[in-house]
Amino acid sequence: MQLARVIGDVVATIKDPTLVGHKLLVLQPISPEGVVSGRGLVAVDSVGAGVGEHVFFVRGREASFPFLPDEVVTDANVIGIVDDWSHERDDKGE
Amino acid sequence: MQLARVTGTVVATQKHEKLVGVKLLLVQPMSADGGNNGSALLAVDAVQAGVGDRVLVVLEGRAAISVVQRRYAPVDAAVVGVVDTLMFESEDDRART
Repeated sequence: MQLARVIGDVVATIKDPTLVGHKLLVLQPISPEGVVSGRGLVAVDSVGAGVGEHVFFVRGREASFPFLPDEVVTDANVIGIVDDWSHERDDKGE
Repeated sequence: MQLARVTGTVVATQKHEKLVGVKLLLVQPMSADGGNNGSALLAVDAVQAGVGDRVLVVLEGRAAISVVQRRYAPVDAAVVGVVDTLMFESEDDRART
């Protein structure tokens, strides 16, 4: 899983039928320092997250599990809204 | 598995039902010399690891799911061991082979 900030949402009328009714969010992964880390992506939402919130998401096959028995075609899923996180700065590698 | 250092914890009230009661750790994958190796990620904790510990992390869904013992939990990484010591061959040994 990875930390991210929700920076937008996607509206798509024509899409795979398994995606109908699911909210699509644009995520920007961030490092624990809160800095942008890597490329943005689109993920389905299973917790009701909104733009501006910090969330964590899962990638890969497990991303389709929250909607079982429905098989939703997705490779990323927002599975938690982050209230707070602690991070001890790691000087060794930086 | 991947060597990593635990750098923090994450608190999330609203999360997927299969993650309720699961401890989430921020881990920074590390290379053999102790430097950072890629970007930090979140992993579920199976071994009561704490901030500052060097740990073993599995980066694969099936393994991580068996850690939380909930079928079809949406997790892809788990801390499965706390490292006591690490030993590597010396530079001399490496040069000889």
